[in-house]
Amino acid sequence: MASAAEIARRDEQGKIRSRWLLSAPALLIVFIASIGPLFVMLAYSFMAKGDYGDVKPGEFSLDGWFSVFFQRDIFDDTLSLADAHLSILWRSVRLSVITTVLTLALGFPTAYFIATRPRHSREIWVFLVTIPFWTNLLIRTFAMQQVIRNEGVLNTLLMWLGVIQEPIPIMYTDWAILFGMVYVYLPLMVLPLYASLEKLDFRLIEAGYDLYAGRLAVLRRIIIPLVKPGIVAGSILVFIPSLGAYVIPRVLGGGKNLMLGNLIELQFGAGRNWPLGAALSITLMVLVMVAMLFYVRNAARSGGGHG
Amino acid sequence: MRALDNVSVAIRENEFFTLLGPSGCGKTTLLRMIAGFEYPTEGSIRLHGEDIAGLPPFKRPINTVFQSYALFPHLTVWENVAFGLQMLGRPKGEIASRVAEMLKLVHMEELAQRRTDQISGGQGQRVALARALAPAPKVLLLDEPLSALDYKLRKEMQIELKRMQSETGITFIFVTHDQEEALTMSDRIAVMSKGKVLQIGTPWDIYDKPAERFVADFIGETNFLPAAMVGIEAGMARVRLPSGVEMSATLADGYVPSGEATLVVRPEHARVVASGGQLSGLVENVVYFGTDTHIHVKLDEGITFMVRQQNSRSQSCGAEVGARVGIEIAPDAAQVLRD
Repeated sequence: MASAAEIARRDEQGKIRSRWLLSAPALLIVFIASIGPLFVMLAYSFMAKGDYGDVKPGEFSLDGWFSVFFQRDIFDDTLSLADAHLSILWRSVRLSVITTVLTLALGFPTAYFIATRPRHSREIWVFLVTIPFWTNLLIRTFAMQQVIRNEGVLNTLLMWLGVIQEPIPIMYTDWAILFGMVYVYLPLMVLPLYASLEKLDFRLIEAGYDLYAGRLAVLRRIIIPLVKPGIVAGSILVFIPSLGAYVIPRVLGGGKNLMLGNLIELQFGAGRNWPLGAALSITLMVLVMVAMLFYVRNAARSGGGHG
Repeated sequence: MRALDNVSVAIRENEFFTLLGPSGCGKTTLLRMIAGFEYPTEGSIRLHGEDIAGLPPFKRPINTVFQSYALFPHLTVWENVAFGLQMLGRPKGEIASRVAEMLKLVHMEELAQRRTDQISGGQGQRVALARALAPAPKVLLLDEPLSALDYKLRKEMQIELKRMQSETGITFIFVTHDQEEALTMSDRIAVMSKGKVLQIGTPWDIYDKPAERFVADFIGETNFLPAAMVGIEAGMARVRLPSGVEMSATLADGYVPSGEATLVVRPEHARVVASGGQLSGLVENVVYFGTDTHIHVKLDEGITFMVRQQNSRSQSCGAEVGARVGIEIAPDAAQVLRD
């Protein structure tokens, strides 16, 4: 006969087994959908490229990572920095930062406006903000093209108003990409900002005015510190997809103004350089993680804990 | 709808002035206008003769202690108190010494570095007070600041507030719906109802010489008696009670009623007697309160009259439920009311 301790131990083992069994679906999804592909990507970036795309499995090579930053001259074999890649990298970061700043500048007043409406009409405004999500990104991007192309709505209107004589060429410039990204990612900034502003106790603003703070001081010393979690969340939500944007620079930026997403696509497609594509993807991911760490630490230092 | 209608209040320097009234009477609206959060559609708000009605709140030398305290949750106690001084651009050294002085005044020196979500309600109250007093405003507005505190703490803070007012010499304008609080703390009280000021006076004036029925009813406990005017003798009204008994009553300033009138008698100005007195009836209820006893007498006219008698150790109040008693009203205790 088993002792009491033996029974208890077996019971405990059974519990542990059923715990693993019950969490198996979740673990499986986490592994297959997120961790697994990352390891595949990491492995590919260290393999030699295949002749017609793909990789040569098991053949270790640092060429992929090497060509992220350097290029070898095809004639004299000299090394130089990969200007093309680095300038695309720099453009991606620059455009994403500007997009984040612009969506914040536009989104903050919008969110503030919505948060200060009467309760029942707030829902309508939030609903209006989310409507663009119902439409496919590609279609929205083409719609933006209709607005900013030379014969588009914007130029026609400006010419009709007599502001300009010649259409301003916006398409296939960085401006076009900015237009598109700000338009597409604005709701991602407005919604978390609104969530924060909606919780803001407006009596604190009155208290600020009462204590001799003017409008700017109230914004800087009271409102912004209190809605910082919303600002951080919105910035992360805009910055990350901006950095990896693919459709918008492809449609609006043309062939010359590539961003990181397009460069990566190129390696897996026409470039037939999968290891480089994988290495670039991981570079992008590291960039995003660095940005996240920066934001999160910044948020924890001041205004944290008041979501 | 007018929140405030034809309100005219003159508040003296260094005064503890209270706006008293039921919720929705306009007292908070009046306070918010003085603070600058709301603007009057007509009229002026003058501070030392200068009209400030058009100034935004941050340009008025007036600070507020909010009902909810409205402490900045992202700042420490010290930073909260320093906020106003920083906004006024005072030098750092002055701010530090002033904040220290204020924290000492409200006994919060030890908790200066706490966040405001780590302090209790009573402490929050003190910080709110220190924050509003730090910039040395000409007027301090207090919007029901004690309503969130429990009874004992409220009593303590009432005394503290009085002390701070006399120590700082700042004019306090205090809003409350608690008549007891108003009576014990104020130099003068304005009783408000439905956007109008009904009476302004010292606590004694308001309690003993209520100008209107609403004031008499709202402040303290009161008996109302119907009476008929008989005449006026030497500035006193001569009235006849429904029982046929005639008595004299004081008149509210300058008011001469005709025909029917209402008398007001405070419960402590009457006494239950075995026989005699101006009124008579059956004892309905006897409620013991420790310091005194409330005796409810159903008068022959059908009205319930309340008498408050002070208790003594040796004898009981002498009234038993169901007994037939008389009520003796002290001379000059009755007053004719303006309805």
